[in-house]
Amino acid sequence: MTGEAWIDLIASIREAFEVVLIVKSLCTEYPGDRGTAIQAAHDVSFTVPDGKLFTLLGPSGCGKTTTLRSIAGLETPTSGEVCLHGKVVFSSAAGVSIPPSRRNFGMVFQSYAIWPHMSVFQNAAFPLEVSRRKPGRKEIADRVMRVLRAVALNDLADRAATKLSGGQQQRLALARALVMEPELLLLDEPLSNLDAKLRERMRFELKRTQRELALTTVYVTHDQSEALALSHEIAVMNEGRIVQIGSPRQIYERPCNQFVADFIGTTNFIDAQVIEETVDGRCRVGTPVGALNAQCLDRLPRNEAVTVSVRPEDVELSEQPPEGGDRDTVCVGVVDAKAFLGEHLDFHVRIGDLVLLARAHPSLRTLVGERIFVRMRADKCIALPATSAAKA
Amino acid sequence: MLRAANDRENNDVIRMAWAATPSTYRMRLAPDAKWFVVGAAVGLAAWLALVPLGFLLWQSFLTPETAEHPAQLTFDNYRTAYWSVETLRVFGNSVEFAIGSASLAFFIGTVFAWINERTDTPFKSTFFALSLVPLVIPAILFTVSWILLASPKIGIINIAVQNLFATELVVTNIYSMGGMIFVDGLHQSPLAYLLMTAAFRSMDPSLEESALMCGATVLQIARRLTLKLVWPAAVAGFLILFLRAIESFEVPALLGLPVGIEVYTSSIYQAVQSYPSDIGLASSYGMALIVIASVCFYAQSRMAAAVEKFSTVTGKGFRPRVMRIGRWRYLAAATFATYLAIIVVLPFLVLVWCSLQKFYVAPSMAALRNVTLDAYRAVFDYPAFANAVWNSLVLSVASATVVTLTTAVLCWIVTRTKLPGRWLLDNLASLPLMFPGLVLGLAIMVCYLHVGIGVYGTLWIMLIAYVTRFMPYGMRYNAASMLALHKELEESAMMSGASWGVTFWRVVLPLLKPGLTAGWIYVVIVSVRELSSSILLYSPGSEVLSIMIWEYWQNGQSVELSALGVMLIASLLCLVLLERFASRRFGIADPAV
Repeated sequence: MTGEAWIDLIASIREAFEVVLIVKSLCTEYPGDRGTAIQAAHDVSFTVPDGKLFTLLGPSGCGKTTTLRSIAGLETPTSGEVCLHGKVVFSSAAGVSIPPSRRNFGMVFQSYAIWPHMSVFQNAAFPLEVSRRKPGRKEIADRVMRVLRAVALNDLADRAATKLSGGQQQRLALARALVMEPELLLLDEPLSNLDAKLRERMRFELKRTQRELALTTVYVTHDQSEALALSHEIAVMNEGRIVQIGSPRQIYERPCNQFVADFIGTTNFIDAQVIEETVDGRCRVGTPVGALNAQCLDRLPRNEAVTVSVRPEDVELSEQPPEGGDRDTVCVGVVDAKAFLGEHLDFHVRIGDLVLLARAHPSLRTLVGERIFVRMRADKCIALPATSAAKA
Repeated sequence: MLRAANDRENNDVIRMAWAATPSTYRMRLAPDAKWFVVGAAVGLAAWLALVPLGFLLWQSFLTPETAEHPAQLTFDNYRTAYWSVETLRVFGNSVEFAIGSASLAFFIGTVFAWINERTDTPFKSTFFALSLVPLVIPAILFTVSWILLASPKIGIINIAVQNLFATELVVTNIYSMGGMIFVDGLHQSPLAYLLMTAAFRSMDPSLEESALMCGATVLQIARRLTLKLVWPAAVAGFLILFLRAIESFEVPALLGLPVGIEVYTSSIYQAVQSYPSDIGLASSYGMALIVIASVCFYAQSRMAAAVEKFSTVTGKGFRPRVMRIGRWRYLAAATFATYLAIIVVLPFLVLVWCSLQKFYVAPSMAALRNVTLDAYRAVFDYPAFANAVWNSLVLSVASATVVTLTTAVLCWIVTRTKLPGRWLLDNLASLPLMFPGLVLGLAIMVCYLHVGIGVYGTLWIMLIAYVTRFMPYGMRYNAASMLALHKELEESAMMSGASWGVTFWRVVLPLLKPGLTAGWIYVVIVSVRELSSSILLYSPGSEVLSIMIWEYWQNGQSVELSALGVMLIASLLCLVLLERFASRRFGIADPAV
């Protein structure tokens, strides 16, 4: 086959899957204290479609930043492959490793890494000035000002970079990553150094910018609400491995194990045992509050110990007996404690020995100690393998 | 998992993409400007550090070479140097002197650095500028001035006390171990101050502020937080002071030898000066120093491993803030002023007084009438004077520039790469620290007598000696600032598409500029003061100023010596002021400055 035929074939395959970034079986190690190797990322594989924002989410030390730095080329993985736009940028098997400066990936660092000896303009112009096809002075000025305008820093172009506030530094870091028109944008916890209000605003700005430019992006965060709000797709990581990949809704509503259910949002865990396994992902389990209909992802054998996860907002409360569908669970409890949080009200409802956290509309005014009805829909109760935190 | 179905297809894409990748990237270690620069720096360090060491070792196994007897292979030097009671005394003296001097300097330097960097003591910028002044006083002049001040017979302090109380009591005797420690420690304290200032400046004050919020007092913060955070820098600093004290030559030679207190350096000097000069014995004494220094370096490298977590300058700019110490600030300022008087004003005034006489006498009204400028005239009439000035200038600027740039690259390799054996490189570049200047001069002399590249007897051989000698100080200065530089600042430049060379030139060097500038000034000054290596390497035509001073002392011309000293100190002072003005004028607007 000729070279051209190869390229055509690659192009057609790429189109077929619309995949821009492929990360395959990536393993990265750090030298440990006594000559041992610490596996920071283990067998990490995922793909990112064109123009999508993909998030690596997990607690600190789970390997998400290492994975990102391996994609950037700042770490050299021990094995695996990274492939962008049909071009191998790293492959241990083939011995390919393009230096980070040649990858043309934009990156925003957690500390922003704004160079304190340069002005705002100089910081943003740096990628253009050092590029191998250096544009003319005027073109640099045009492109820098355009990108500074996009992040609303055009008025501060001549200011010393050290005189910027945290939010401005973050925007400058983003501008610097965007000015080179990167093929891939890498964001390493870009919002973690901002205060809460600003973080929320920057989250929307970041989302708008990413969607407008349709820039393929890999985003690293430990903040689950950030991940849910921004991402097209999320990979939840734990102890160096990817635990689950899915859309924000899938991750939230169909967690595949206790770790994911616990890490994303808040949830109630109820110990249970499978009474009856049914087809099409449903099962019936016995719990301290009685039998319960639940969803399950894998087939669960009879008598298997499981944990049922129910989100607080799916624990529906009412003072009058609710009309339950035939697969819903209805039981009676007592209000143990409650907390008014403005937009909603948190109830601790005691049913026998079990205390469930329920999130209700503030209009519900049941007093502490009073009786209350609880309804849990079958499709909102997820039966998970009991001891599966580390199992993928 | 969900994508398992796609895996096979992905495999194919990767395989085909691999075929389309330009072949230049298929080699992992493509030749690169980085490896060229790194290789050159490593090669230079290895040549400078190892070759003289080789010659030193070789020499230590040879008998003295005379006209009648050619040199012979022998172990006698080591037997003389290590198998005698005399040696034990030399060892004890050396360690006592070095620890005493380093501790005194470190204590003074740290206290004043903390006062000036972290408290609201008044006149801080003035103090900082003035505290650099003692650095410009060469050790030989400093020692001579303290002889004039505190020697038992002619010392002004003793004469003043004796006249005042009409006694024969000798209150200060500079010719003693205590006197040696006092003079050397005092002379090194500005260096300790500089080192600790750099460490305090690179520390985020919010760490201290958070301790303040926890209810800690100023002293508690200083003791439990500030000192612990600057610990790596402090250890590095103390090591420099210790090694400088143990290789200090002028103080033991002028103060110790007359009363028979010998340390390693003065023993080496005596061995070289004896006839026939016993280079072999000197070399084996030098080996003892190398062993002592190696132990220090081992301890230091153990410390450095834990240093990453002290990385304190991040991309987020911080503004140094100070603590309020209330009324204590006046006491602090007064202490600082007293210190400066003792270390600068007093020695300088003594030299000025001495230079205005025909021969040395203690100050009195009678002597005041004999004031004359004859000594200055004599210095200018000295035939080699203009030449010596020029040589000193060229040598110091050249060596400072070479040292600063080379060690910046070396330090980068040591602190930033994961290159195997980089600790070796650190030790290699620091190796010359273990050579006393005298022995280094000797080794280089022998080396370039045998390696005929035509540098012997020129300024080049002295440049080589200076660069070798001061390379370790460049390393220490750079390491301190490089460790405080956050890695992401470089990585973001690389992600912006900058090659290693561009990143180094446009991001690393400018960010290190405060540290580099401080290191550069320091190397210029120590180069001008350098005596112990030059003394064996100069030849007619390549004399430097410190050699001229030494010759005056040997001839007992203390009046001419004082005149030259006063002029040298004054011009070095101008140099420092000029440098500070320049770096402020063209310097970068860095918050850490």
